[in-house]
Amino acid sequence: MNMQEFISIIEEEFDEVEKGTLTPTSSFRQMEGWSSMHALILIALVDNHFDVLLTGEELRGLNTIQDLYDLLASKKAEWLS
Amino acid sequence: MAFLKTENTRISAIYTCVPQKIERTEDYEWISMQERQLFTKTTGIIERRVASESTTCSDLCFEAANQLLNDLKCKNEIDLVLFVSQSPDYFLPATSIILQNRLGIPTKSMAFDVNLGCSGYVYGLSIASHFIQSGNIKKVLLLAGDKSTISTNYEDKSTFPLFGDAGTATLLEFDENANNWFFSMASDGKGKDAIIIEHGHSRHPYGTIEDENKEIELGIIRSKKHLKLNGMEVFNFALKEVAPSIKELLQFAKKEVGEVDYFVFHQANKLINDSVRKKLKIEEAKVPLSIDYYGNTSSASIPLTICKELSNQVLNENNKYLFSGFGVGFSWASVLLNLTDVKTKMIEYA
Repeated sequence: MNMQEFISIIEEEFDEVEKGTLTPTSSFRQMEGWSSMHALILIALVDNHFDVLLTGEELRGLNTIQDLYDLLASKKAEWLS
Repeated sequence: MAFLKTENTRISAIYTCVPQKIERTEDYEWISMQERQLFTKTTGIIERRVASESTTCSDLCFEAANQLLNDLKCKNEIDLVLFVSQSPDYFLPATSIILQNRLGIPTKSMAFDVNLGCSGYVYGLSIASHFIQSGNIKKVLLLAGDKSTISTNYEDKSTFPLFGDAGTATLLEFDENANNWFFSMASDGKGKDAIIIEHGHSRHPYGTIEDENKEIELGIIRSKKHLKLNGMEVFNFALKEVAPSIKELLQFAKKEVGEVDYFVFHQANKLINDSVRKKLKIEEAKVPLSIDYYGNTSSASIPLTICKELSNQVLNENNKYLFSGFGVGFSWASVLLNLTDVKTKMIEYA
């Protein structure tokens, strides 16, 4: 999974995000109207697509798309291959 | 995980009673319109039913049970009254005993309460079917529901728009030709703080300063008398435990996902149910919802969903169902069973 594929999956799931606007340095917390509901949507998305269960605590420590990608990569070694 | 098998039990009727009063998510002015829309999109909740101040969960269960017993004419044959709820009438005595008398069920019957929420309906079915397969108990009246709105605070967006009130009555009876039922059940008290009402019982009786409202975070004001819900923790628990426990139950029963006609899940949050459904690769049409028009109705969610969405199927077809309840405790339980010739009714309480 490369970064571009990862970004398109996230853009697909979040109606609020215009396609092609996210970059690795985008902060999902600064997304307009970000709330705890979005956190649930993000946890469900990551679980459904990548079979990784993020805890609330892990998510709180993340800020950008790159942070999220790196965390998932550290949990799924096969991603980097 | 406890795995159990019971035999000789069938469900012959499921009645649900909900309050007439409707509260719509779009009218919940404590949060912005954008938040209300996102809430509906994520949880699935468009509206829910709310009981009046003077109405209790036992009133809703009474109405459902009274109509059921009159329609099926079996009041004198009930051997056991089970009341599964976390909103009883009193600290004591048990609400099931009050309902036995109020319903005119003979005093030779047994009656006791079971203090469980989201998983409670399946636990109730398990207790009832074990009594029935013993052979000496022929008919059980299982009453399940909650008035959750008694403990939610308007200024707490994490609970107030989520819960609806409902009471249900299920009649179970001995039937030597009934298919076997298969259960899987589990508990994890590490999750006790994820859904909790801290004050009011013996650990923290009412009467301290903490009974007063306090801002926890933006949009969340409550006291320790109110229901507290950590959505993220509950969400993670459900994603982690529910799908694997259903898979294990199917293995225990030697069945495949594809052999089950309908999956009736506890209605906590549409996002959770969609995730569990996708993990198990179940088609959307096999997973009916009631959360859209009733919210999270605690232990009433499974029978309410059947009355709302499957009344024709349970009466006229013979299908295989898997029910799964999960939440407060944490506690979770699933059952695999067949339903046919089951009468249902949806009642409004004025």
